[in-house]
Amino acid sequence: MKKLINLPQDAVREELEGIAAAHSDRVRVHADPSYIVRVDAPVRGKVAIVSGGGSGHEPMHGGFVGRGMLDAACPGEVFSSPTPDQMLAATQAVNGGSGVLYLVKNYTGDVMNFEMAAELARDEGVAVEMVVIDDDVGVRDSLHTAGRRGVGATVLAEKICGAAAELGRSLPEVAALCRTVNASARSMGVALTSGTVPMVGKPTFALGDDEIEIGVGIHGEPGRERAKAASAHDIVGVLAGAVLDDLPLSRGDRVLAFVNGMGATPLMELYVVYNELHKLLTDRAIGIARNLVGSYMTSLDMAGCSITLLRLDEELTALWDAPVLTTGLRWGA
Amino acid sequence: MSEAVSAPAVVAWMRAFAATVAREREYLTELDAAIGDADHGINMERGTQAVLAKLEGASAAGAAGGLGPLLKTVGMTLVSTVGGAAGPLYGTLFLAMGTAAGEATELSLAAWAATLDAGVAGVRARGKAEPGDKTMLDALLPAVEALKSAAASGLSLEAALQGSVAAAEQGMTATVALVARKGRASYLGERSAGHQDPGATSSWLLLQTAAETLAEQEGGGTTP
Repeated sequence: MKKLINLPQDAVREELEGIAAAHSDRVRVHADPSYIVRVDAPVRGKVAIVSGGGSGHEPMHGGFVGRGMLDAACPGEVFSSPTPDQMLAATQAVNGGSGVLYLVKNYTGDVMNFEMAAELARDEGVAVEMVVIDDDVGVRDSLHTAGRRGVGATVLAEKICGAAAELGRSLPEVAALCRTVNASARSMGVALTSGTVPMVGKPTFALGDDEIEIGVGIHGEPGRERAKAASAHDIVGVLAGAVLDDLPLSRGDRVLAFVNGMGATPLMELYVVYNELHKLLTDRAIGIARNLVGSYMTSLDMAGCSITLLRLDEELTALWDAPVLTTGLRWGA
Repeated sequence: MSEAVSAPAVVAWMRAFAATVAREREYLTELDAAIGDADHGINMERGTQAVLAKLEGASAAGAAGGLGPLLKTVGMTLVSTVGGAAGPLYGTLFLAMGTAAGEATELSLAAWAATLDAGVAGVRARGKAEPGDKTMLDALLPAVEALKSAAASGLSLEAALQGSVAAAEQGMTATVALVARKGRASYLGERSAGHQDPGATSSWLLLQTAAETLAEQEGGGTTP
């Protein structure tokens, strides 16, 4: 294993210290229990949004803390859910009196830990709502599994709900909006190589030089099938095809198209993928009203990408365009 | 041999469990790498070491109290240090056992069986899992049933604990053939069959260390 770390067991703590050193103008980083909050938290009268999950997906979630997006992020160990004491402390740090939304990716550990935190916070009189994101169509037969995983739509939901909270929407309104975004978005990913968890020291899964994992999860969970490596054109056809099979779009619909890098894929390849996606959607008379291209939800040093489509209406478009000032996403602010 | 579970016995249990998890860390992680995310051994070692530190701090401070507070301390420590799915599940196991044990300072076999039963019911509710889903419940539920029937037929605490380990081991081994329906392993579908569940394995280790320790400490006479 070659990594730019010191001791594997120190990597997450040292990462957080680095974030604190680099971005003290935007966020405060708390240790023991660890969480990241926007520098002006708590914001009085505003619904606070708290997310979190295992580390190794940077910039998600800590990189999305700031004005117009998240109020707090709770980082767990690499690929492992954070714990309820972190979530409760973060909740107390950002609660501005208008309630707190937990925006949670559908992974067994994340859901159970946030549920425990919600119980503890409600015991303290904090109004908490929890929305679980599950947009990954890579999971088939989701009735007989832990359900679809939460992937790319999480980034979009954090941005859109963050904008709504900034505008003063109520907790039920922001939670309902979050459910709308989740219901209107689908994603699927592909891995070309596995990532390596620092504490494990070897790749999570083995792929042959000529193999790819179609429908992979962001921790290297297997997806629909292991296939032979193919052209960007063919891979986009498979990924976008699966997304469109599950998210019926009509001619003239407008979408946000999100091409996300898994950590070790060059931006050059992400633009090749975006170009194929643009052509595919144009052929179907689906308009890309907004787009996002880059590595926003990564899997350590996994190579590959995911495609997320979100059906847009005027409200979602306006909330997407609203100002955001975080280390991971920034415009209009 | 004691016929009641005492607080010192529970502390000895946690010490033995931490040592066993540390010894089996790589094995648990390998099982998890096959069908999960390769962190079960690492996470359980971190959590059980934190429990040890917490209990040693507590005994140094001369903290007494019943079994309930002791089990709840174990549960809260696991919840806040293990992470992943195992943290809330093992944490809930001990928190629910603590609630059931209450202020008792000793538990007879029947009371201990009821305490573990309450803990496992908590795990079942937290994880929304059913027997046969290829989870830790597949080791824990048979162990609880074995303890309860041992209590009903008047076996000694030691014999009952040994019987529960055998039942847990059988349940754990049976997870090999199962297709996972909960947790990350469920994403493998049919590909999850042929692998032993890591959570059921750590649960078996928990019961195995219970059998090694809980009847060892002399706690005086039995109380209901």
